[in-house]
Amino acid sequence: MPKAPGWLAVKNSFFNWDILVKTFPKLLSAFIVDLKIFLWSAPLIFVLSLCIALARNTRRPALFPLRLFGALYTDVLRSVPVILLVYLIGFGVPGLGLPRPYNSPYIWGTVALVLVYSAYVAEVIRAGIESVHSSQSSAARSLGLSQSDTMRYVVLPQAFRTQIPALMNFVIALLKDVALLSFIGPIEILRQANVYKSLMANFTPYVGAAIIFLCVTIPITRYADYLLARQRNERTT
Amino acid sequence: MKSKLQLKSVSKSFGTVVVIDNLSLDVATGELVCLIGASGSGKSTLLRCINLLEPIDGGEIWLDDFDIAEPSLDPDPIRRRIGLVFQSFNLFPHLNVMANITLAPRRVLGTGVAEAQAHAMELLERFGLADKAKAYPDHLSGGQQQRVAIVRTLAMQPELLLLDEITSALDPELVGEVLDVVRALKDSQMTMLLATHEMAFAREVADRVCFLDEGRLVESGLPSEVFTAPREKRTREFLARVLS
Ligand SMILES: Nc1ncnc2c1ncn2[C@@H]1O[C@H](COP(=O)(O)OP(=O)(O)OP(=O)(O)O)[C@@H](O)[C@H]1O
Ligand SMILES: [Mg+2]
Repeated sequence: MPKAPGWLAVKNSFFNWDILVKTFPKLLSAFIVDLKIFLWSAPLIFVLSLCIALARNTRRPALFPLRLFGALYTDVLRSVPVILLVYLIGFGVPGLGLPRPYNSPYIWGTVALVLVYSAYVAEVIRAGIESVHSSQSSAARSLGLSQSDTMRYVVLPQAFRTQIPALMNFVIALLKDVALLSFIGPIEILRQANVYKSLMANFTPYVGAAIIFLCVTIPITRYADYLLARQRNERTT
Repeated sequence: MKSKLQLKSVSKSFGTVVVIDNLSLDVATGELVCLIGASGSGKSTLLRCINLLEPIDGGEIWLDDFDIAEPSLDPDPIRRRIGLVFQSFNLFPHLNVMANITLAPRRVLGTGVAEAQAHAMELLERFGLADKAKAYPDHLSGGQQQRVAIVRTLAMQPELLLLDEITSALDPELVGEVLDVVRALKDSQMTMLLATHEMAFAREVADRVCFLDEGRLVESGLPSEVFTAPREKRTREFLARVLS
């Protein structure tokens, strides 16, 4: 690699130590914005996706509209590229001319992420619910537990357990996809790197941003793998 | 003796397949009735219907003085009065033994934690499982799991216990410990309806034996009658097959 003719130029514009050192603190503080968006969208996604999964799972004829809504929701939102929804909602809703704190692309971009991720996570939860054998609910119902208690104490805990690895993947994906909001406004890490790139005519800030992502996502990936391995062991012993 | 359970012309079909066909049966308080019959004769389905896990298509199911099959009734308060133990144990794998047993008393009866645990411990001790209170189902033998499943059902203090081939999934050497539990329950006057393939056991403990064939109650009587001098041809054929 170092022998390649363009190596020096690349080294200078991508791996410039001085620029890295100079921009890193600011990138790090911009990453706090990513983390904040992540931390308040993750619980919202959890709640919304659980509601959708439960809606899709109802068998009562009276609740059929709810079921239909759940199905439509997951189908539609999973069929559109995330970035497109971030644009549409992040720019579209503030364009309605809402009063001040509510017209921020920061909020609506996050809403877009929450909506899309809820659709995916709802499907993961639903698959988890379906993986719990019906004899478990039979046993719970035969003991007199209500339908909602059966779901809450017997089915969902098992559903989540089987889906931990898949859910962890979405945690990692969400953390990375927060950077998509850089296209619509908030000065998060990718946006900050972009600013530096233009300012310094150098790509090293992107590398800095990548390093920061790696430092956070790799431990989470490892942890997810660890959980997966542990689960496999539990099943076999 | 007063009837605890009365089935009156109960019918149940899955699609076009008739699984329970106009079946009537009484179980007196404190009585142990054994259901025998070939695989697919409808024993499990009948027990699931009595526990209202399956709606019936026709007939009545009386528990004491109420028709519990009345569709307008809320099934939950009725189910808690009837215990059902399954062939496959169906313990909750994510909960330890103590939590398996106390979940329903706490959530359904509103029993406090301490009281529910004390009661569970009493039952576990009674059936020689006290040292397993903190164990998870995966770490128990089949026989232990089934005994825990019975204890879990007993913790709700059911008036009627339905047992569905509770030894069929067990290794032969583990069958005895589970059957001992049934013997102990019989001694304590528990009313039980037990589907089983263990003919010797049925003969030993049953107050009455009922032979089911294709969803119909073909013959019912004292074990000494049914096993030694069956009246019906179908019963004779079945017994010849399983006892040979
Ligand atoms: N949920 C269901 N849907 C459709 N058919 C069913 C269902 N449950 C049971 N059946 C059918 O009902 C019939 C009776 O089944 P059931 O399990 O009650 O028999 P069983 O006497 O308990 O048999 P075994 O001794 O094998 O446990 C069988 O033909 C079975 O295929
Ligand atoms: Mg059966």
